[in-house]
Amino acid sequence: MRDITFGQYYPVASSIHKIDARIKILVTLLFMITVFFIVSYSAFAFMFFMLALVIAISHVPYKIVLKTIKGILFLLIFTALINIFFTSSGNVLVSTRILSITDQGINFAIKMALRFTLLVLGSSILTLTTTPTELTDALEYLLKPLKIIKIPVHDLAIIMSIALRFIPGLVEETDKIMMAQKARGANLDSGNLFKKIKAMLPVLIPLFVSAFRRADELADALDARCYNASPTRTKMKVFKVKASDIAAFVGFAILMTMILLDKYYVGSFVSAPDLNGFEVQGLDIFIYNIIYRIG
Amino acid sequence: MPIIVKKLSFTYSAKTPYERKALNNINLQINEGDFLGIIGHTGSGKSTFIQHINGLIKPQEGEIEIFDIKLTPQKRPKVNLRALRSQVGMVFQYPEYQLFADTVEKDVAFGPKNLGLSSEEVSERVRQAIEMVGLDYEAVKDRAPFELSGGQKRRVAIAGIIAMRPKMLILDEPTAGLDPYGKEQILNLIKYLKTHCSPTIVVISHDIDEITRFANRIVVFNDSRIVYDEPMQQLFKHSIQLQNMGLDIPRAVKIANSLRDRGIDLGEGIVTAEDLMAAIVERYNQKHAAQIDKEACVFDMYDFSQKWLTSEERAELEGKPNVEEEADAPKTVKKNKSKENDKKQKKSKRKKE
Repeated sequence: MRDITFGQYYPVASSIHKIDARIKILVTLLFMITVFFIVSYSAFAFMFFMLALVIAISHVPYKIVLKTIKGILFLLIFTALINIFFTSSGNVLVSTRILSITDQGINFAIKMALRFTLLVLGSSILTLTTTPTELTDALEYLLKPLKIIKIPVHDLAIIMSIALRFIPGLVEETDKIMMAQKARGANLDSGNLFKKIKAMLPVLIPLFVSAFRRADELADALDARCYNASPTRTKMKVFKVKASDIAAFVGFAILMTMILLDKYYVGSFVSAPDLNGFEVQGLDIFIYNIIYRIG
Repeated sequence: MPIIVKKLSFTYSAKTPYERKALNNINLQINEGDFLGIIGHTGSGKSTFIQHINGLIKPQEGEIEIFDIKLTPQKRPKVNLRALRSQVGMVFQYPEYQLFADTVEKDVAFGPKNLGLSSEEVSERVRQAIEMVGLDYEAVKDRAPFELSGGQKRRVAIAGIIAMRPKMLILDEPTAGLDPYGKEQILNLIKYLKTHCSPTIVVISHDIDEITRFANRIVVFNDSRIVYDEPMQQLFKHSIQLQNMGLDIPRAVKIANSLRDRGIDLGEGIVTAEDLMAAIVERYNQKHAAQIDKEACVFDMYDFSQKWLTSEERAELEGKPNVEEEADAPKTVKKNKSKENDKKQKKSKRKKE
């Protein structure tokens, strides 16, 4: 329990950590979109290489970044299986009465799994190198335009940062209460699901009581300090875009352009081989042709 | 059987950037009947240590033997943690925050029920435990624990532990957050539990004046190690070192030390206010032995007015005043008067202004 570190922020000094949180969020968002434009295996390989490079610069151990995949491993396998079984185009490899497996299905499943992996790894770099406070501050800044349609962005940001700030405290509290109930002989780990839920009650009830108490105290404390009495609040940390931030953004923009080129340009001036519905795209066509000619 | 801790070490979040050593090669023996006080800074490892004794944390290095139950880093043989926890009761800091049931009775019954006792046994223990902590069983049993006052809640929480009838009781900051009256009551309760429920008691506290009131042995944690383990009377030889660690020392020790610095050595072993009082009285008697009437030597500790006077002095007071006193007394009076005059003058000045 005590090993849970929320927001998984990994505290080391690196140039990735120092990049403006707003830029990091924007880049991550663009990265997520870009991932869906990757069509060729060559582009995937390139993207993974770039990601590995970024992780190396960030000084976060690969082991810790890779750990984040563990959480979605089930989802990854599940979607891959569905893709394999329910794609009907392409050449049939194995077929039973209900389901058939095609080469296109496998191709599609692998690409989808690679995409998911890229998504998770990419976004985990954001959360590993940015503190939760920086994140909320940056989000507040980026969501500012929503104020025009009367969305209370600042309040939402404060709610988010308070929530984030409370999580470590609640984890610690849970830990304490669990220990206290274990010391009274509570059995929290064994039994079937139903028994486990019932066994958690002596932990959940005090936890809720204390969460409400804390929230109440915090609200009073905010009130006592006249929170929100001033119409325009200033920030303690003001965002300033540095040259290195712009460099990082430009670097990513080049990367993104390359991926788009791979999808829309590289593949278009060479005719794709006709493989009975099996798609070869982008730079892969060249590689395919080379291998085909040698072979 | 005593509790033996050998070469115990523990690290939180090992092999991450958050790594923090909490215990470093701890060796300790707690004997049956000990009233052990543990002091140390926050983060010195004392809480981690007591969680080990209750099997809440598995040792990473070293071993612990508690009432014939052995805790080791190995996975096997499996330890009967429930048996361990029925023998070692643990009262956490702010224990009232762990109350959860809708009535006091059910809450106190949680522990003994988990031990798998029969329902008659459970209700008998619950009644006894509630009465032991000084609450009226009939009045309180059907009330919701959240309705009670802070001190009462804490007693109910403690009752929840002692209903398991542990041979040993560990309390982490049992008086934290209580008013002086509530503190006093909890301290008396702990003393009572020592004789009537759990013969071995371990108390963590940061209030040194409080801990010296009952502990017979004190263990000092600093920087995840045990630095001192001494009988209470001996510990404060190390006053300077303790203060360098940022730990407080009892007020009586402070006074005794500063008296020693001024050349009045009252001897070793002064810890509580009572010790100090007795030592000063003894010292006074020694010095004035010749003049003091035997009868007046029998002092009443709490009646200061008689204490400092020999029969001669008393007679003198009643009759003519002592020569020395005469010389001293008017001076002080004069001083006071002049001070008062000063004040009056200042006031009048202010008024004028």
